[in-house]
Amino acid sequence: MNILELKKKAVALRKRTWQLIYNHQNGHTGSDLSCADILVALYYAVMNQNAENIGQKDIDTYIQSKGHAVEIWYEILADKGYIDRADLEKRYSTFNSPYIGHPTTEVKGMEFHTGSLGHGLGLGVGVALAAKMKQLRKHIYVLMGDGEQAEGSIWEAAMAAGNYNLDNLTAIIDHNDLQISGTTDSVMRSNPLSTKYRAFNWDVLEVNGNNMGDVVNILTKPNDTNKPRLIIANTVKGKGISAAENRADWHHKIPTATEYQAGLQELDAQMEALNNE
Amino acid sequence: MNKVDEKLTANAVIAKTLDEATTSDPDLIVVTCDSRGSAGLVPFTNAHPDRTIEMGIAEQNAVTVAAGMAHEGMHPYVFSPASFLAMRAIEQVKVDVAFNHNNVKLIGISGGNSYTWLGNTHHSLNDVAITRAIPDLEVYQPCDKYQIKALFKYLLKSDKPAYVRIGKRKLDNVYHKDFHFTPGKAKVILPGKDVCLISTGETLYFALQAAKELVKDGIQAAVVDLASIKPLDTEMIAALAQKFNYLVTIEEHDVINGIGAAIACEVAQYGHAKLKILGFPDEPAIQGTQDEVFRYYGLDTAGIKKSVKSFLSE
Ligand SMILES: Cc1ncc(C[n+]2csc(CCOP(=O)(O)OP(=O)(O)O)c2C)c(N)n1
Repeated sequence: MNILELKKKAVALRKRTWQLIYNHQNGHTGSDLSCADILVALYYAVMNQNAENIGQKDIDTYIQSKGHAVEIWYEILADKGYIDRADLEKRYSTFNSPYIGHPTTEVKGMEFHTGSLGHGLGLGVGVALAAKMKQLRKHIYVLMGDGEQAEGSIWEAAMAAGNYNLDNLTAIIDHNDLQISGTTDSVMRSNPLSTKYRAFNWDVLEVNGNNMGDVVNILTKPNDTNKPRLIIANTVKGKGISAAENRADWHHKIPTATEYQAGLQELDAQMEALNNE
Repeated sequence: MNKVDEKLTANAVIAKTLDEATTSDPDLIVVTCDSRGSAGLVPFTNAHPDRTIEMGIAEQNAVTVAAGMAHEGMHPYVFSPASFLAMRAIEQVKVDVAFNHNNVKLIGISGGNSYTWLGNTHHSLNDVAITRAIPDLEVYQPCDKYQIKALFKYLLKSDKPAYVRIGKRKLDNVYHKDFHFTPGKAKVILPGKDVCLISTGETLYFALQAAKELVKDGIQAAVVDLASIKPLDTEMIAALAQKFNYLVTIEEHDVINGIGAAIACEVAQYGHAKLKILGFPDEPAIQGTQDEVFRYYGLDTAGIKKSVKSFLSE
């Protein structure tokens, strides 16, 4: 897919996510929209993983440490044929459904249960270490939040990754400057992240995490540093729906009927603009 | 005229009680982990920024820092989802709070299955098992707003570390305004002779409803409130285990090592009663609303009734 097609994919999946959340009145709206471009880049342009080969030798692993942004991930897995979209749309957050408010391994494509923050990076270190020991040529991608950086377990994992020179590991921080209670700077300052990770022996790059071209570029840039790589993806929480953009209360807010309609129109307009490009 | 007995969530009652206590306790402080919204503490933190320490998404450190503050004579109340407080931070609870005798009150919010669709990473169905196994840590699970107020009246005066587990429901009222809480005492809230139902927290109300309905089936069920899980009223439990032929425990917790297990331990030593433990089975909980899940596991009024009837006819 070229960059324009990827951009269209991101708008289309934002729209499906918006619909899924509204139809079932459940979801982490702002968190999903924030990382939508990163996930689209990973699944449609970066990883060698697909619905058929997942779990096989040399196939990349994706771990979503900020598990709560699960609705955008469901929509991607449905779009890529890992799961059945009709089933997702019918059963999301209903009794005895595998599609709940956090990733579960009952869903094809999700290799770990996550949702308790601060676990993903350590899991990624484990997968990356094992891949080295077994001489696999797979790459491991871990997505974290910036509020999540307050968890001590992340820094234990970061130290281990640096210590073991895990250059087969790429961590991405969805750096949207917000968490539940307000700005990350006001709740628990994790900034500056680059110098912290560099001090832990990481190769650190920074990117506009909502610019598809830049995201794809940086995620496909070869790593010859012999270090794990961190990508600080500067994003806007709620990206794509202006009412939700940059607002902490949209972390898990559900749109009202009016907001929902306005959001759909906005996303349709974005698609239209891309179609005219 | 008395207003209708309004139903409130546990966290709303706690936030108000702590707010009132700020006038008499200059050392009271609230510690949050990006959790002030879900803890219902926004009015408190807005009114008392000087009484609020935000630790970010760092439950372990929140508990340890609270222990350090308690060492200096402050009275910290740490609020975090029960699953993260009682599991992520449990060694900090054991060592820094309980073993070091630091007066930290740990408030496990959104406990049990109350996070519903957020799933098993967020459920705390093992927290009672873990916390009650820690020496010098008191464990409470209150059932309604009057009991919460009375419990906090005690906690605000007590210098002992404690873990309090609450849920998200608007609580049905079991007690009245003048309720007095005594730690270490179980309470018979309904007399009976055929079977004794023992419960704690939000399931107590369902047990009470079941007992009332069982009368129609000719079964007189007693109901006992075990809000004080630790210290445990071993004396009363031993007496119940001798008086009754049948005991049934009901809890929003894994059947392993919750209140059922606590009672079993006493029954095995001191009584003859047969015991049935109702709770969540030893498996990841099914997904659903709390009502759906309670119905599925037989923890709602109808389910409790059914279990009691079949138990008595065994
Ligand atoms: C261990 C743990 N503590 C608390 C929570 C509750 N929680 C869920 S999302 C969230 C905020 C996450 O903020 P951030 O990492 O910045 O992610 P964003 O959604 O902003 O991308 C919190 C506190 C949790 N899921 N896990």
